[in-house]
Amino acid sequence: MRQLTDKVVARLQADMQSPDLTGTRYRLVRYLARGGMGSVWLVEDTILQRQVALKVLDFVAAADDLAERLLQEARILAGLEHPGIVPVHDVGTLTDGRAFYCMKYVEGRTLAQHITGKSVPDRLRLLERVAEPVDFAHARGFIHRDLKPENIMIGAFGEVLVMDWGLAKVRNIVRNIARQPARPPTEEELTTEAASSATSRATGQGSVLGTPGYMSPEQKRGDEVDHRTDIFSLGALLWFLVAGSSPGEGSAGGVKVPRPLRAICDKAMATDPVARYQSAGEMTADIAHYLEDAPVNAYRENLVERGARLYARHSTAVILVAVYLLMRFLFILFARR
Amino acid sequence: MNKIVLGVVLGAVLGAFDGLSAWLTPAVRSQIVGIVIGSTVKGIIAGILIGVFARKVHSLALGILFGLAVGLVLAFIIAQLQHGYYFQIMLPGGMVGLIVGYATQKYGSLQTTQRA
Repeated sequence: MRQLTDKVVARLQADMQSPDLTGTRYRLVRYLARGGMGSVWLVEDTILQRQVALKVLDFVAAADDLAERLLQEARILAGLEHPGIVPVHDVGTLTDGRAFYCMKYVEGRTLAQHITGKSVPDRLRLLERVAEPVDFAHARGFIHRDLKPENIMIGAFGEVLVMDWGLAKVRNIVRNIARQPARPPTEEELTTEAASSATSRATGQGSVLGTPGYMSPEQKRGDEVDHRTDIFSLGALLWFLVAGSSPGEGSAGGVKVPRPLRAICDKAMATDPVARYQSAGEMTADIAHYLEDAPVNAYRENLVERGARLYARHSTAVILVAVYLLMRFLFILFARR
Repeated sequence: MNKIVLGVVLGAVLGAFDGLSAWLTPAVRSQIVGIVIGSTVKGIIAGILIGVFARKVHSLALGILFGLAVGLVLAFIIAQLQHGYYFQIMLPGGMVGLIVGYATQKYGSLQTTQRA
């Protein structure tokens, strides 16, 4: 009996999941990637004659809550117009009953692929650009909740995009996922806030959303979270960028992480949200200080370190003045003889 | 602090320091007040010239060379007036010009005060 290889099985599964685009303006090109609740396909918009990405739910069955969640994700993306957030073009339902939304196709690399061979300052500047759309979303009341290297894309023109807002929610919702009452949402509750709550129920009561290593302690416990859970994730991303490994993998693997950067990571990833940076902007301000050879707020330098930093910043001036003083000293010495 | 002001301040400080160091030469100690004043004025003139150059030309190498040249020329004039001590006056004078040239290129802003 001929056995099917994994590759063939994967292909068959992909074919089974391939969306039926009959009656839509889209033409299927190829499969792109797997998301948490669906798959992403490269399609051609036949009217505008451009390639776009289509995110489609996997199953029709039990799709009501998931469909609402997908719609919620599309609404969040549509409401967050920022160069660092993928724009949404369209939402709808396929003829096979599956919900979808259409977004910009990002042709590029993930953060992990992009940083190979990049210097630490370049990596830090990348993180600053990741933090911009996150800060923008926080200012508008949204939390990403799944920031990780795989969800950061660098486009063909060097643009940095924060992807996969599938776990995003409105911040400051005082809900404990584990204590959510088991009832369907009423019509009047279908506001953005209630939709977010429905998202929680759709994922299963007590279930933990996010990625280990990048997830804050309060998110791991299933407690209420606010925007500082994303600050934790940004700290984990910073560690990944400077140490080359995710925080969950332990030490930096032989990479020497400068103390100020380590202090920034530690502050962003503090167990208590109160001890963290209170905004993504605060964190990037400290990163900017580090890049400018200025003292960072997260780290208290001792005199020796301060002197070394000032010397590194003004070494030429220090050497010139030292040479001048040495010359003066030699003149005095010879004048006395 | 703009580049000209930086040049003047630095030139004056280093010039004064230069002049004060002449106190260690017994032969000229009696003229120390005049030496300090002259050296300070020399430093200020050098600072103005180098500062103006730094505002017009944004090149570290050229700024250093210009500063060195200005420092040497002004120090030569002083040495001529002293009828001696050419090495003791020109070498520190050149160094001061070099330092001011470096500092005005590297530091100091290009801002000027706007007239109403």
